[in-house]
Amino acid sequence: MKNTVVTMRNIVTRFGVNVVHKDVNLTIYEGDIYGLLGGSGSGKSTLLREMIMLLRPESGSIQVLDNDVLALNPRQVDDLRKKWGVLFQSGALYSSLTVAENIAITLKEYTELPVDLVNDIVMTKIKMVGLPEHAARLFPAELSGGMIKRASLARALAMDPQILFLDEPTSGLDPVGAEAFDKLIMSLRELLGFTVVMVTHDLDSIWTIVDRLCVLGDKKVVAEGSLKEVMECDHPTIEHFFKGSRGALRSRA
Amino acid sequence: MIDDPNKAKIVVHTEHECFRLICSGDWNLNHLTEVIKQFKVIHKNPPSVQSIDIDITSVENIDSSGAILLLNNIHKLEENSDQVSLSGTSDEQHKMLEMFRQQLDYQEDRTQKKSSSLSQDLENLGKKTISYLKNSGDFFAFLGETYSAFFYYLLHPSSIRFRAIIKNIEEAGVRALPIVALTSFLIGVVIAYQSAVQLEKFGASIFIVDMIGISVTRELSPLITAIVVAGRSGSSYTAQLGVMKITEEIDAMRTMGFNPFRFLVLPRMIALMIAMPLMIFFADLIGIFGGMFVAKLQLNMSYSEFVSRLQSVLEIKHVWVGLIKGPFFAWLIAAVGCYRGFQVSYNTESIGRYTTISVVNAIFLVIACDAVFSVVLTELGI
Repeated sequence: MKNTVVTMRNIVTRFGVNVVHKDVNLTIYEGDIYGLLGGSGSGKSTLLREMIMLLRPESGSIQVLDNDVLALNPRQVDDLRKKWGVLFQSGALYSSLTVAENIAITLKEYTELPVDLVNDIVMTKIKMVGLPEHAARLFPAELSGGMIKRASLARALAMDPQILFLDEPTSGLDPVGAEAFDKLIMSLRELLGFTVVMVTHDLDSIWTIVDRLCVLGDKKVVAEGSLKEVMECDHPTIEHFFKGSRGALRSRA
Repeated sequence: MIDDPNKAKIVVHTEHECFRLICSGDWNLNHLTEVIKQFKVIHKNPPSVQSIDIDITSVENIDSSGAILLLNNIHKLEENSDQVSLSGTSDEQHKMLEMFRQQLDYQEDRTQKKSSSLSQDLENLGKKTISYLKNSGDFFAFLGETYSAFFYYLLHPSSIRFRAIIKNIEEAGVRALPIVALTSFLIGVVIAYQSAVQLEKFGASIFIVDMIGISVTRELSPLITAIVVAGRSGSSYTAQLGVMKITEEIDAMRTMGFNPFRFLVLPRMIALMIAMPLMIFFADLIGIFGGMFVAKLQLNMSYSEFVSRLQSVLEIKHVWVGLIKGPFFAWLIAAVGCYRGFQVSYNTESIGRYTTISVVNAIFLVIACDAVFSVVLTELGI
């Protein structure tokens, strides 16, 4: 049995009178690439934000790396935050810093490594995510969409995290770019051995790189497991998701 | 400090011709400090031996920072020694180190050339000059577009955005009245207080009315109102337009055929030019009242005495001079505010920067414009 990295139990989330999650349960194992799926507005990103402590659910329990996220003291929170990297949907690079400074910032703040070593680390991360060397000196406003995703991936990887949270990593990329990004995540996982939790509705990513996934619908997790297991479930949301004209193409192949 | 049990360590063994570095511990971000020092010592006195062996059998949890540190130091040792070998790598470690070795690319010379400071200064001077020239060129382009939009308004009066103008008058004018009232009342009080003390010495207390009447209406209330408006509305124009530019709303407007100068700039400019003289008149009233209040407290001058004296000494031209300045100041504030808003580039920091610049520029220009008015009107004998 693999170790669990994230477990969520009986999560209830409510915005005003609008109930987003009613009894959500899910388990993420070490080393997996885990996909959070669901239609727009099904609360995937909300669930992700709850895992990374940007949002508190109304009730339920969340365990991340054996920490009870809802009952940590500020020091434990700081420690936990250093163990994960987050890639936001729009990149969320600090616009006043260059790409290199964006990547270096956590290393500079949290470690005592000398400047030249930090620079070397930054340059290797930049090359690792497939950015050209001159990109280091550019500001986020000067980057293309694909480069922003890669730069923010490099920033998420700066501290060698144990978990990588990705919020729609391939949205806004062309199919070629999206495939390259998927491959990049696969190969980096191979090398660095982290767990990936990604919110996505890119069917190609789901078919190619995701090991386990859960599908959100009706404010609950309607199915969880490997793709095969999920496909066997006959809940309407899943029918809708995988057997619509776009999904059907893949299912047949 | 407690000794960290996991910290990365190196033990040095010298065996006749071979120099062995036995590494152990966690080679990751938080545990490297000690090793970095140890490597420094080793590089200071490079061992004069044939071969160096680095054994990492008992290294655990090596991460990218540890790997890069190791590779960098192997590279440095190779400069002084014929043979540097690495032993005890597990498969995973080997794969990781190989990948980082490829990316570090020691072939190129990674030292950067630095140009001399003089040529650097000259380069900066040139860049600054060109950016200033470009900046003023841009301002004229902005003015040109504003005027062309204005002529479009004149040719097609139905296209004037009356609703937007009214809304801006409310936003920039009506809502600013409390703060304008407060500042001009205080200015009236201050002027009256200061002059009351001086005038009383000469027994010329009654002249306080001339002093307040003329200085408030002619100079102070236009200036104070303009400064308040520049700080309040000028900055908000820059921030609003700047955010609209960042969120691509202005581009969206252009593609739909909504000229931003007609829809955003002119309504703000016209609204401020209408509101400003009215606000100045309001500030006149409140400022004079402030003076009256102090005259009564300090000099025991009754309100009716003050008002009757005011009627005989305050020529109407002084009030007009103050009011006439209004539209000019308003135009300057709105033009600078909107122009700086369009200059915002695609990052959040520039909004703050341009908002500051906009307020500073607007206040400076208002005062400069006031000085020009003073000189010209005095020369004309008005």
